[in-house]
This record gives sequence, structure tokens and C-alpha cells, in this order.
Amino acid sequence: MKTNNILVVVEQNNHKIGTVSLELVCKACELAQQLKVSVDAVVLGHKMHDELKILAAYGCANIYYIDHPKLAHFTSIPYAKSIINVITKYKPQIVLFGATANGRDVSPQVASALKCGLTADCTDLQIGDYEFKGKTWNNTLLQIRPAFGGNIVATIVSPESSPSMATVREGVMKMTEPNYANKVNIIEEKCTLLDNDFLTEIIEITYEQRTVDLKNAKIIVAAGMGVTTHATLNLIKELAKILGAEVGCTRPVVDAGLLTWEHQIGQTGVTVRPNLFIACGISGQLQHTSGMEESRRIIAVNTDPSAPIFKLAHYGIVGDINDVIPKMIQAYKTKL
Amino acid sequence: MGLKIINLVKQVPDTKNISGEAMKSDGTINRAILPAITNPEDLNALEEALKIKENFGAFITSITLGPPSAVKVLKECLFRGADDAILITDSKFAASDTLATSYALKRAIDKVGGFDIIICGRQAIDGDTAQVGPQIAEKLGINQLTYVTEILQITANDITVRRATDNGSEILRSKLPVLLTVITEANEPRSPSAKRVMRYKNIISKNEEPYNESYIHPECSDNTCINFIKQWSAVDIKADLACCGLNGSPTKVKNIQSVVLTARDTKMLTNSKEDINALIHELIGEHIIG
Repeated sequence: MKTNNILVVVEQNNHKIGTVSLELVCKACELAQQLKVSVDAVVLGHKMHDELKILAAYGCANIYYIDHPKLAHFTSIPYAKSIINVITKYKPQIVLFGATANGRDVSPQVASALKCGLTADCTDLQIGDYEFKGKTWNNTLLQIRPAFGGNIVATIVSPESSPSMATVREGVMKMTEPNYANKVNIIEEKCTLLDNDFLTEIIEITYEQRTVDLKNAKIIVAAGMGVTTHATLNLIKELAKILGAEVGCTRPVVDAGLLTWEHQIGQTGVTVRPNLFIACGISGQLQHTSGMEESRRIIAVNTDPSAPIFKLAHYGIVGDINDVIPKMIQAYKTKL
Repeated sequence: MGLKIINLVKQVPDTKNISGEAMKSDGTINRAILPAITNPEDLNALEEALKIKENFGAFITSITLGPPSAVKVLKECLFRGADDAILITDSKFAASDTLATSYALKRAIDKVGGFDIIICGRQAIDGDTAQVGPQIAEKLGINQLTYVTEILQITANDITVRRATDNGSEILRSKLPVLLTVITEANEPRSPSAKRVMRYKNIISKNEEPYNESYIHPECSDNTCINFIKQWSAVDIKADLACCGLNGSPTKVKNIQSVVLTARDTKMLTNSKEDINALIHELIGEHIIG
């Protein structure tokens, strides 16, 4: 039995493994290489054997799987106790969770029970050393995350408790290419839960199809508070439509009720890396730019020449979006 | 007989309004100049507690852990309808991470005695961790329902809620006692009541006199009111100091950097038709747009 590995707690919904878990496996593989250990996964669910193969394709050496009808859908205590059992048995040095509603529900329970550190919503994970009061910890997990509304970035460590645990949002870590030739090693773990561990009764589950897919969009046209009217917003939607782009926005636009939260990019929304990002009337507050600064090309349109977004943009146009966007639409239409 | 509800609240710096002046030259935050507010989702949680009180009957105790100035958030709770308020304050709790914070709050909840529901915001805007609620539930050994958007039904024995998930929502039922964390979408918190502001605007916190607890009356109706906010120290809640503050915090801050935008060679264009045509042409030429 191998201990000291990196364990990814896999998120599944309706028997399907979440993208965030695969992204975590990819990141874990990168860290594991530095630590010279392997990456394992723990999956709780029911009748999921076929789904598990993909974890091996992305690099999981061992897949600990607990199959039980009552684990088919997430509930807090049964999931927390099962994960704690696997951690106690296999003693990983690092445990990673998706920063989803379920991951953020169960991971603090696990951290509290094991009295170990947990850092929420990390934007990067690294392996490095930590020195404190003349003592050095080598190869510890550096958990990097924004705080204070994105105005600072803190590097957190938890070297004196084991394991080091972190949650990461979907879309933050990059995926690598899967290799379906990898050996699939599924280790079935027994479900040791008792009836009185099942304290939550599931009455109804509603799946809502996401209508906005910012994460996979190649082009995003995004609105900031320079877009204050529906007429201007319609221009943005029109530009997005002809470019085959998705419409994104900053948090104040959502707060103002112009667009729904699914469109929100930034620290409290999604992180995106499109080929082209057109920032319309976005000033460039850190809460937003942390979620789009890795876009391959950024065009910024803003009336204020001193707006911070221009420092980030590859192309800057100082001007009114009501003037610039129709010109872009016109230019695109005539070039075809 | 109503339900006993414990409502956990936190005082936070208003991170939405951080301006350049709030950053010190060494890159750290100057907390002193930031306005301190009640964490927004904690007010959503209090609102749900108040709705239970109105529809079902409940006694609400608001608790905060923080510096003495955090008494302000407890007053906000009293202004809106909380029945009792407790300030947990002690320098021993300074530099607590979420684990040490949940330990201290757990000890305080033990001292309060019985409860049916613990209700708090999902997360605080200064850290956005969403950890303290679930960690308290674990330490108390009770069930939790997080990301609550609506309380659908409540009886003397159980509660049914709608919970937001990443793929939609779910309706869950749990026996009491249970810990709930509430998100913004749940409601629009009410404003303070003028009558209650008049009653409590000058209330202060002080240590209890151990020989006189006669004023604590759990059947408190709207006519009875508290005379002061209870103030509890680490000793009062019998906290093990090894679990408090820095000692009880497994996570350590290695370093903090203020965020600086990466400077790039930005090509500035005018909003002339020619410049915009050239830009679109360039993007088509590089196959960035089709």
C-alpha cells in the first residue's frame, strides 16, 4: 500500500465525472512529478465503473472507488466520512477538491475532522520550501489564492498538519492530453457507513442546462459598467453573435440586473482563457481581470484613457462603445 | 414553544470598496481605513432566522467572534429582531484560521446550551472560504445543509430547504438539529426596525456577573429585552488555548503580494473607421476570428 501520494477527491454528478476533477488530476500530475509520487483518486458513487477509466487516462495511478446506492448522489456526512476513511487509510500528503458547491461543503468537514489545513479557491498550486523561525519544511504545498476581493494574493502553507488540502475552481487549472492506453487500477473500498450517517433525505434534484458556456468559448465579448443601457448591451450581443462569441460581463453588470450570473467573469465568476477577449466599457478592476488576464488577445474599448484595462490589453481603443462596436460590426461584415 | 436558533455573524472589511489608498506601501491592506460592515450573507442568514421566528416562533441568539468593535454587528442583529447577542472576544483568538475560528465558536455554542438550528452565511467577503459553517457542524457532530436559497418547510422535528448546486438545485430534508449556510439569492434582508434601533442603539457589551443570570429568560417575548450584550473570553468558553489563535491554526501565510497588472505593449488605436478596419483585418489574418 503506497502512502504519501496526492489524492484528488472526484466530483460526480449524475454518474458523470466533473471537468474540475480532471483538471485537478492534470495539475496533481505536475506536482506529483516534482515530489516523485503518484496521483490517486477517490470516487464515491453507484454503478460508475465505466466512467472511472477516464481518470486513469489523465494520469491517476490508483482509483479508490466506493460503490453504494446511497452514495449515488452527494450528501454531506456520508461523503465526508467516506473521504476521511480513505485519507486515514492511504495517508496522502496532499488532497485536492473541486471548489464546487459540493466540494466546498464537504472539504471543511474533512479538514475539521483531521485537524489539517485547507485553503479555499486556490488559483495556483506549487511545491516549494517554507522557512519559519529557523525551521525549514522542504517540498511542501504552496497554496496560492487571492484574498480581500482579489486585491492581494496570499501564499498559504500548512506544513505541520497532514495532509495539506486545497480546493480549486473549475476552469482554473489547464488540462493535458489524455492517454487512453494508461493502465486502469480500480481499488474497491467498502462502504462502512451506518444508517444514522444518512441524515439528509433527497426529495428532488433539478438539473439546469447551462445556457452560457464561457469556459469553452474561443471568443468572448464582455460588458463592464460602461454598458449601462439595454441598447448598448444589444450592440454587444450583436457583435458576439456575428463573431460566434459568448457574452461575458463583470460583477457590477450582474448586480445591476443587466445580465445573469452565468455571464460573470472574474474572481466570483468563472476564469476564462479565450483566443480573443473584447472588453467593452470594462475599467479593469482586479476582481474581474483575475478571471480574464490569460486571454490570448485582449482588445479594450473604454472612454477613459487611464483605465487600468489598457495596461492589460494588446489593443486599446479610447472611445465610446456605442461608436466603436458598430464600426467593428461594419468592418467584419465588409471583410467577409 | 419555538425553535432555538443560533445565528453566527462576522464583521468584515468592505472589500467591494477597496481603493488604492487602502493598500499600504508594503503591499498589505490597511484595514483601519476600510469601513467595517456586517458580512452580507450573514444578514441573509439572519433574515431566514427572522422569517422562521415570524412563521413558526423562535428565539434567536446572534453570536460573533471578533475584536470588541465587532459589537457593532451584534447591534445590527438586535436592530433587525435577534433576541439575544453574544460577543466572543479575546486576544487569544487573534490570527485564527478557519479551523481555530470554528473551534472557538463551537465552544461558545456549547456554553449557550441547546439549539435546533444554527444559521450563518455561506462565506465572508474578506476570505471567501465558506469553511467555518461546515467545520462547526463537524465539531458539533450535527448535519449540515449548505448553499441554502430557500426554506420550504419547517416542523418541530425537521426542515426542508432548496440548495443551489453547480448544475441546478436540489430539495433536501434534514432532521433537527442542523446547521444551515445561506447564500445571497435567498432573500433581501430587511432594514433595522426604528423601534428596535431606539431600544438598542446604546447597548454595550460586558462580561456577565457570574452570580446573576436571572435575566436570561428563554421564553423572551417581544416585550422583554436584553440590557447588555454578553461578552465571553477564552476562559469563559473553556477554550483549550492550544486550539486557539495561531496555535490552533494549521494554515500559515507564507507571503502576501499586492496584485499589480502585468504591463504589456499595448497598441493604442483611435476609434476611426480605418484603425478599426485594420484591427479586424489583422485578427482575421491571424485566424483569431473567422
